[in-house]
Amino acid sequence: MAEVGEFLTRTRGRGRLDWSDIFTYVYLTVGTLVMFLPVLWLVFSSFKTQAGLLRFPPDLLPYDQKSVMVEGYDQPLPLYNVTMPDGSVRQLAQVRRVGLEGQMVDPANPGEIIKVNINDREELREVRLAWENYTEPLQRFNFLIYLRNSVVVTVAATIITLLINSMAAFALAKYEFRGSTFIFLLIISTLMIPISVILVPVFLVITGIGWNNNLWGVIIPGAATPTGVFLLRQYMLTIPDELIASARIDGASEWRVYWQLIMPLSAPALAVLAIFSVMWRWNDFLWPLIVLSRSELFTLQVGLASFQGELNTPWNYVLAMTVMTLLPITLVFAVLQRFITTGIATTGMK
Amino acid sequence: MTAKPRQSPALPPERISLSARIGNLFYSIYAGAMTVVGWLAEPVQRAIGANRMAYFFVLPNLLIFGIFVLFPMLLNIYYSFTGGNNLFPQDRPFVGMQNYQRLFNCANLLDPATCSEDRFWRGFYNTAFFVVFQVGGMVILAMLTAVVLNRSVRGRSFFRSVFFYPVLLSPVVVALIWKWILQRDGLLNAFLVSIGMERVLFFLNANWAVFWVISISIWAQMGFYMLILLAGLQSIPKDMYEAADMDGANRWQSFRGITLPLLMPTLLVVLVLSVIRAVQVFDQVWVLTGGGPGTATVYVVQYIYETAFANQTRQFGMASAASVVLGMVLLVLTLLQLRAGRESDIA
Repeated sequence: MAEVGEFLTRTRGRGRLDWSDIFTYVYLTVGTLVMFLPVLWLVFSSFKTQAGLLRFPPDLLPYDQKSVMVEGYDQPLPLYNVTMPDGSVRQLAQVRRVGLEGQMVDPANPGEIIKVNINDREELREVRLAWENYTEPLQRFNFLIYLRNSVVVTVAATIITLLINSMAAFALAKYEFRGSTFIFLLIISTLMIPISVILVPVFLVITGIGWNNNLWGVIIPGAATPTGVFLLRQYMLTIPDELIASARIDGASEWRVYWQLIMPLSAPALAVLAIFSVMWRWNDFLWPLIVLSRSELFTLQVGLASFQGELNTPWNYVLAMTVMTLLPITLVFAVLQRFITTGIATTGMK
Repeated sequence: MTAKPRQSPALPPERISLSARIGNLFYSIYAGAMTVVGWLAEPVQRAIGANRMAYFFVLPNLLIFGIFVLFPMLLNIYYSFTGGNNLFPQDRPFVGMQNYQRLFNCANLLDPATCSEDRFWRGFYNTAFFVVFQVGGMVILAMLTAVVLNRSVRGRSFFRSVFFYPVLLSPVVVALIWKWILQRDGLLNAFLVSIGMERVLFFLNANWAVFWVISISIWAQMGFYMLILLAGLQSIPKDMYEAADMDGANRWQSFRGITLPLLMPTLLVVLVLSVIRAVQVFDQVWVLTGGGPGTATVYVVQYIYETAFANQTRQFGMASAASVVLGMVLLVLTLLQLRAGRESDIA
């Protein structure tokens, strides 16, 4: 027994476990639960039927009432375990309920109606994933249109951001030109100016251009991110000037130096900015909410928020649509997680 | 857009993997598009010379920056001096300080009930409270998590991802996840009932609503700052701790004496970023509580949004004045923090 204890408490370094090791593992376990359980609960709940969601206390797994087709009835009938007056328990299907009385039939003998008190019956349930939560809202809720809008905004904005930010960063990192310091300081000084501080005038500019209720109005204003310019410039400063000089001697134009030399060499920083941009744009809410008022232009976030805000929206649909909204970014993260976490930690904030 | 080296012609085609094919496809699209832009860029270079091509490169970014950031910033200040409900500046009468007078029209600045724009001031104090407790709690937790993950723990990259994951979720999704857990018949109430306590209607009680709004936004954002702090911790050389250990310092002493001072620059970045973010609190809360119960979770950005875009009369001037005040507060906070950072560097 002592050996087992010694085995379990063995550590890599300083001999035995001490309080700090125990604290570490307790903290990580509790932390993992707190960080992950809410999302897991959402996913579990999204597979429950509307009736299943109303149960209190809630079940862990998605249950649904079992039902059978009975001869002589068009619809499947719900099954119950009924305690008969003589104490025996029978499985009966309910035809209808009248007040406190349930009218039941035996599926094996559909001719005879048995009347029972509803307190004597108990639902017979089975685990079933309610996929209809995912399929039905596709008709009621313009999920696919919102999805398309979100994809268009995210992809277009990320490409434009990467392109114009890297061009500006290249100029600011590798050229001596009049006004370069001024432009750099101007851009950096707005690092701290969030769009929520200039909502009204940006909305005016958008309206003036005619981009109100237009996806371009969502894509363009945030494209010239100071964060991106700063991050890329700092990275490009580390690219040796000799490389550029020798490319020029070989007759490359400035544009070719940019796209064939600088861009590939800046790939790690570009990747970090791409991840940031996808995250910002996919999750953006306030700005699309202001620019887009026609529902066929809504992005997923705005659509989801307005869908859950409607009266009488069934929660089972809201939950399923929430899962669908977080799924794409979760899949990307699952594939690229190590790259994303180390990328943000090392390149992101230096 | 990584430049894949083009496959050498010696390779038989069936040996090219799918990912290489996709990479090649993207590279050809990229190269094609760039070549097309080159047809424009190269004549420009011939016209203005190689060194002035810098202007060509900054132009698109600068243009968008000027139109959608710089110009609006200046316009915002002008708007705050105009009145009426029209959007376009030529239709807006100049009203001088009127918007600001109305905003600051309070018998007692510390008591929102005495102000004519009481919703703004409630939002203002709610935001101040939120910033203090959200940033405070989050930085402490992010620090603790980073310190824990900086030890040699098994499965470190797994835990790092777990703590980071909520950062990726949108504010709307985060709000809906928690709304579902905290609702009347939700998971948390089921737990409370199962241990023999009363159900709580969290969003009908002002204190609970504020507590959850703060906790949830800590939950959603902590991972990002934890990553930055972890990177800062990992850049501290290990032998410093060994030296302190040999000199007989205990853990707390080496944390105070080595970790904290060396982490100060990183901590400052974390503080500046998280304060800026916290001052803008809006979307998550908007979906979660809508500002309620009463005005318990109304924040400044919600006031600006409602005043300009959601209320019956669109008071763009008031909204602009409020955002100028918000911008000033942000500026002062950032400068104060940078100053504090510089002083602690010297000390």
